[in-house]
Amino acid sequence: MSAPQAPDRGPQATPGKIVGRIDAGLPPRSRLEATIRSGRFAVTAEVAPPLGADAEPLRQKVRALKGWVDGVNLTDNPSAYVRMSSWAASTIVLSEGVDPVFQLQCRDRNRIALQSDLIGASAVGIPNVLLLTGDHLRFGDHPEAKGVFDLDSVQLVWLAATLRDRGTLLSGRALKPPPNWLIGAVENPFAPPLGFRATRLAKKVAAGADFVQTQFVFDLATFESWMAQVVDLGIAERCAVIAGVGPIRSLRALEHMRNDVPGVVVTDDVAKRISSQPESRMEEEGIDLCAETIARLREVPGVAGVHVMAYAFEQAIPEILTRAGLKARDGGGNASGEGGQ
Amino acid sequence: MVDGGTRVASQPLAGEGPPVPFAPRVSVRAAYGSHRIVQRNRFWQAVAKATESVGPVYRGFTGAEERAKRRLFGCRMCGQCALPVTGYACPMTCPKQLRNGPCGGVQPDGGCEVYPDRRCVWVMAYERAEQGGHGDDLSLLQRPLDQRRFGESSWVNYWSGRDEMLAARPSAGEPVDIRVGPARAGRT
Repeated sequence: MSAPQAPDRGPQATPGKIVGRIDAGLPPRSRLEATIRSGRFAVTAEVAPPLGADAEPLRQKVRALKGWVDGVNLTDNPSAYVRMSSWAASTIVLSEGVDPVFQLQCRDRNRIALQSDLIGASAVGIPNVLLLTGDHLRFGDHPEAKGVFDLDSVQLVWLAATLRDRGTLLSGRALKPPPNWLIGAVENPFAPPLGFRATRLAKKVAAGADFVQTQFVFDLATFESWMAQVVDLGIAERCAVIAGVGPIRSLRALEHMRNDVPGVVVTDDVAKRISSQPESRMEEEGIDLCAETIARLREVPGVAGVHVMAYAFEQAIPEILTRAGLKARDGGGNASGEGGQ
Repeated sequence: MVDGGTRVASQPLAGEGPPVPFAPRVSVRAAYGSHRIVQRNRFWQAVAKATESVGPVYRGFTGAEERAKRRLFGCRMCGQCALPVTGYACPMTCPKQLRNGPCGGVQPDGGCEVYPDRRCVWVMAYERAEQGGHGDDLSLLQRPLDQRRFGESSWVNYWSGRDEMLAARPSAGEPVDIRVGPARAGRT
């Protein structure tokens, strides 16, 4: 499989006419889309852009992942802490020959900035976007800042689909040519109200989401019950569900995950399994547990892939995937090293 | 003042300052019941028209609406009221002002991500809508707000039909348009 080149990614939309969607018979926009369409198990990984103005640490992380993943998510000022922009980081990832998944949230931008960043992303060849509301500023490093929240995540997905598939801005002005990325969204199957979580994803899919990445899965039972609802609603056919996973490598990481990351539920048995290990074994156990979770997720009907979030531990991702029985991607990361530069 | 909690001193008045989840002070039954009284019809349409045509009357009416809805729902006067389709829990009191459902940061006990000692307004909306037999309302796609309309009377906007395009039912076929026609231009 080879990802298409940036300049000619599929036919362009005529304003007002609906094209796009993942099954529309157009060339795949990205490796991720090609994998999803082929029915193979998709793998994405998450990298937080550097804190400073040096691209090198990011390049090194991405090189270690090259050939192992279909795309690398670049988070957008996660936890409301300032980092290198996900937009710039995405272009750095592109130049390494890896497909970025450009994350964009509603906390820091109004609808004008959101549209402009989305258009620019397509122009430089960023083939995937992931659209979310964003963590609240209150716990970030600038709690005194103004939160924007001009749109919410459902509206942002809807807006992106409008740009791409209708070929117009929110104002109605035609975009020539319209942008062309794969549209991603997020969902947390573990946060109340549990009965509404599948419906909320259905709204994002109705708004135009092609794939969804979930919060960390530690509680398989709750995830399976959510996934069954998603399949029942007919969403899994229209939107690839990519389950979030990640290794817990230390007691500190466990505490952080349990107390500081909004929306993460670490079950007691997972916590016990990690914390009962001697310190020297904890990292291994965390990797094993993550690999086992991936292997189990592969058996859950409707799951199209996994999204591995290993913050400051990205180098472990190839090992995690290997232990889960997943092989490196076909053709490695050199299928379309030209990126969009 | 809001609910007698321990954070009282640091809490702004309802409807002022940053949005803080607000527990509605009207029961589910009373809320859906009273909607039948103010439901849009020719009479209310005429009232809206008359109210709007005289500046001081409009301002007085809007002020009264604000006082009532602030006290009962924590209203922030967005002018584009979602209450009838959110179980009468106001989404504008969500710290992220989400219009389409809860964020992923809701605490396991239903607490808000930002104010854990308060219930997520969308958890309340879900429970109240389900309880009132209106659970389906929450699957409506809520369009982006018109930020120019803050401070307007949402009752007048509702009665005069300007709010009709606030939300759309997702369709199985052709995707729903996020944009709305000129009909939704704000009060002139």
